Amino acid sequence: MSYLEEGKRKGIAGWILSTDHKRVGILYLASMLSLFFVAVVFGVLMRIEQMALDPPIFPAQMYNALFTLHGVIMIFMFVLPGLSAIFGNFFLPIMIGARDVAFPRLNLMSWYFFIAGALIVLSSLFTGSGPPDTGWTFYAPFSLRSGTNITLGVFGAFVLGFSSILTGLNFITTIHRMRAPGMGWHRMPLFIWSLYGTSWVQVLATPIIGITFLLVIAERFFGIGVFDPAKGGDPLLYQHLFWTYSHPAVYIMILPAMGAITEIIPTFARRTVFGYKAIAYSSLAIAFLGSLVWGHHMFTSGMSEVANYAFSLLTFLVAVPSAIKVFNWTATLYKGAVRVDPPMLYALTFIFLFSIGGLTGLMQGALAVNAQVHDTYFIVGHFHYVMFGGTGIGFFAALLYWFPKMFGKMYSANAAVAAWVPIFIGFNMLYFSMLILGYMGMPRRYYTHLPQYHSLHMVATIGSFIMVAGVILFFGNLIAALYRGKKAADNPWGGVTLEWKVSSPPPLENFDRTPVIVERPYIFNPGTTR
Amino acid sequence: MEATKNHTHSIPYRTYVIVWLVLLALTAILVLASAVSRSLAVWAMLFLTPVKAGLVFFFFMHLKYEKTFLKALVFMTLGLLVMVIALFFLDISYR
Repeated sequence: MSYLEEGKRKGIAGWILSTDHKRVGILYLASMLSLFFVAVVFGVLMRIEQMALDPPIFPAQMYNALFTLHGVIMIFMFVLPGLSAIFGNFFLPIMIGARDVAFPRLNLMSWYFFIAGALIVLSSLFTGSGPPDTGWTFYAPFSLRSGTNITLGVFGAFVLGFSSILTGLNFITTIHRMRAPGMGWHRMPLFIWSLYGTSWVQVLATPIIGITFLLVIAERFFGIGVFDPAKGGDPLLYQHLFWTYSHPAVYIMILPAMGAITEIIPTFARRTVFGYKAIAYSSLAIAFLGSLVWGHHMFTSGMSEVANYAFSLLTFLVAVPSAIKVFNWTATLYKGAVRVDPPMLYALTFIFLFSIGGLTGLMQGALAVNAQVHDTYFIVGHFHYVMFGGTGIGFFAALLYWFPKMFGKMYSANAAVAAWVPIFIGFNMLYFSMLILGYMGMPRRYYTHLPQYHSLHMVATIGSFIMVAGVILFFGNLIAALYRGKKAADNPWGGVTLEWKVSSPPPLENFDRTPVIVERPYIFNPGTTR
Repeated sequence: MEATKNHTHSIPYRTYVIVWLVLLALTAILVLASAVSRSLAVWAMLFLTPVKAGLVFFFFMHLKYEKTFLKALVFMTLGLLVMVIALFFLDISYR
């Protein structure tokens, strides 16, 4: 019997009290997608605001709240835990041949921290003196002085951090201690390597933002003067501490997506992955170097010139392991028997969009260009190419790849491709317009704009409508498959990692007998069926 | 699966007491340093706190008896912390 049918408890209790890693993964999936759609609505409202020149559709204060909550929900509650919490929880134990994570109860508790943090942040919308208006970065000194509900928003983000730390700790221990016999480090699937790098960043970097947020709360309540320049504090210290976490956090978001793409490409190219070790160690290199580049968010903030040069150099260095991955993915395709099924279509889209995001990021690593584009729409366009084009599309690709395994149902491939068309077109209309707008000088976070920017704003807004239509079709297809989808085969794509060797959906404890690993992953023998 | 035998390490109480006294002494040095000057306090904190953390890791958390690989992981993370602090100083010292 599958994990969906078997369990100690039935009904809702069978979900919210279950410590089964697969059920916890599904809990994260359901809660994160709900939050994702809330943030999408805020994003669309922001685009609607930019359709009017004068008078504005929404007042400026509401626009400030919209971009703050869009950012906080998307970053802290969707892209940051996204692939790691959902697919990591569901597939990490299966892919290493284990029955569960190392600490199943802690795993469920992490989800409760996640829900508690999300509810606290969302309650800041409706309580106190109105939703936060600082942007998702909560920069001091504005966050210390704003009359809005900053304390609750910041505290919610603090609670969310516990979920991240505990999940990271759980995954590191699971990977170290619970691999199946024969699964040496170089026999682990590359998705697991990416989760390993991610988990270290979660454990090491998240406490920094936790303490920083507590200092903001202490400063608001007691005026302790750590960040407030009026009291002898240093607002740049806030930026340092915030980005010491939040830049590595970008890699918490993107690394698992890269790992999922690395699973998809060999399966649909019918070829062993090119440069296994290079991809594995580049995940760790990204995690390591990514922890040392936070200063590139502060080039125009008044940081010392010496620090500017150092962070600029380090920023260029972190592009190297990312480029290694892109090179290896494309090299894996070379001379492969490539088949573009929906997961592969989205995976290839990931490479295209992530490359644009990565290269526009490198542009900002150059000090002179950064001075030009800092705090403009160029930045907004760049990070949406990375975060949505990368993590978001990587999430979609992973969902299409693993959906039949998770639920035992197959979706309509035609509908998944049909959804891709508006998503791809709308995405580029929306975010490429932002890159151009930013280069022309359109500042971010403004509720209105000058007439010369209006046409591109209209292109971006229409693009957002098209993209959202595609996203609705994408998820509508999957929801329909849950109810009316055909039964999925155990291995519909011809994958060779361990999750494809168990039934769809997997049984409660994954394996009847602990598997023994005798070879490296991604070996596609001529007889391996698709 | 990696070996998960339950090793027991009996550390004499005397060792714990000695480590505890060393930790107390280092704390006293840190307090005294902060009374002398601010810069001495910062440098003493940067150098002596990792020593204190190392003693806790090695004796109270039994890192001493772990495999070299695990020890290396702990020291790599401490190395990363040193690099992060050094980058902070690149800004603050030259601003």
